[in-house]
Amino acid sequence: MKPPLFDYLVARSSEEAVKLLSEYPGAMILAGGQSLIPAMNFRLAAPAALIDINRISDLRRIDIVDGNVRVGAAVRHRDLEQNDAAFAANPLLRAALYHVAHVPIRNRGTTVGSLCHADAAAEMPMVLLLTGGWVTAEGPSGQRDIPAEEFFEFHMTTSREADEMIVSATFPGLPTGAGHAFAEFARRKGDYAIAAVGAIVERGADGVISSARIAACGISSRPVRLSEVEAALVDTKLSDDDIHRAGELAKQSVTAPDDAHATTAYRQHLLASLTRRVVRQAAGIMKES
Amino acid sequence: MSRHEHLERSIPSTSADPKAEVTLTVNGVSVTREVSTRMLLSDFIRHGLRLTGTHVGCEHGVCGACTVMIDGRAARSCLTFAVQADGADIRTIESEAEEDGTLSALQQAFQECHGLQCGYCTPGMIMNIRAHFDSGEELDLSDEGIRELISGNLCRCTGYANIVKAVRRAAELAGKA
Repeated sequence: MKPPLFDYLVARSSEEAVKLLSEYPGAMILAGGQSLIPAMNFRLAAPAALIDINRISDLRRIDIVDGNVRVGAAVRHRDLEQNDAAFAANPLLRAALYHVAHVPIRNRGTTVGSLCHADAAAEMPMVLLLTGGWVTAEGPSGQRDIPAEEFFEFHMTTSREADEMIVSATFPGLPTGAGHAFAEFARRKGDYAIAAVGAIVERGADGVISSARIAACGISSRPVRLSEVEAALVDTKLSDDDIHRAGELAKQSVTAPDDAHATTAYRQHLLASLTRRVVRQAAGIMKES
Repeated sequence: MSRHEHLERSIPSTSADPKAEVTLTVNGVSVTREVSTRMLLSDFIRHGLRLTGTHVGCEHGVCGACTVMIDGRAARSCLTFAVQADGADIRTIESEAEEDGTLSALQQAFQECHGLQCGYCTPGMIMNIRAHFDSGEELDLSDEGIRELISGNLCRCTGYANIVKAVRRAAELAGKA
């Protein structure tokens, strides 16, 4: 349970970190280390070099840009969770971060690191997808934005190129008057989700749903939007039948095979009931527009 | 460059066992040491500094036994490299009692309430609770709030009931209840 040998490199700027990534093949970025270091302790990861980005002050910023929450690559989960401006722009962040491991882990683990780790059951990749967010990658030839839909490819696999570092993630603010909810089922508080669902719902003055975004994690090889559920909810008044149907439709999104934690049928049951719960909650806390 | 190149077994370039010098404050005392880059902070505290009050349980961040305070916040010392703590202010369980052995209020509460049996998890519990007490954040002293606070620290002896009592008692002793 001791990590293998590695060269330790401290980057003083994101440009320097990107340069070091190219100079040291097999290097990995060290942010909070709360997933990487256990993987190294288990010898599941053996990077030749670690590039520590924790001393780059620019990457520790949380900025509200055009109403969106931009989170630097070295921002701790806990700092984002406790940031009032981020909460005002997008309260889903705090709601979801409460479910990410435990406070001592959130004190060091970074939100962008969790996105890059891309565990299929992790909460924050799902929230990035749910809110229509993106990450910003910096490589030798400059920066590019990668939408969440294109970033998460598979469990622990993203579309980041090996010579790129993700310097920030941007979570769009919620639309004015939109309702939101997040619900998770895990065997123990702080565990990865067996299933979790988030919802953003907008409803007109006549009570009719004008837009619905629903996303889930823990049920597939990556976080997924529940597009069929969204389509079925729009233009309804959220009757009990509408909500029941939404849960039934959600079941078809479960592709995770039976594993040590749950069977596929159990995950379908969980996803259906969590979907109904978040839709009701998102509609219930919605302000009149 | 292949995206999966980092998954291949690779070896560091500079030496057989890369080292770095670190200077940090531990329980108010400044220390400077040369460490292997791969040395975990938990091993540095126990083996480098001989402060064996910090316990090592799982070494992958699940059990919480190795919890210490890093710059005022509770953190897993097994999920931090000693080199990352360069310049940091570390506080361990050895900082709790007075030099003459007088227990801190938090330790007294654990003793009074029988909040420990084998004691292996206790240093991590105490440092986690200490960080929370000292943070200035509002304390939720309901059973649910206390269980949430200690949810990242596993205890295999007590069933937690007496630890919950101890946290509440400690808050009383510290004038926070």
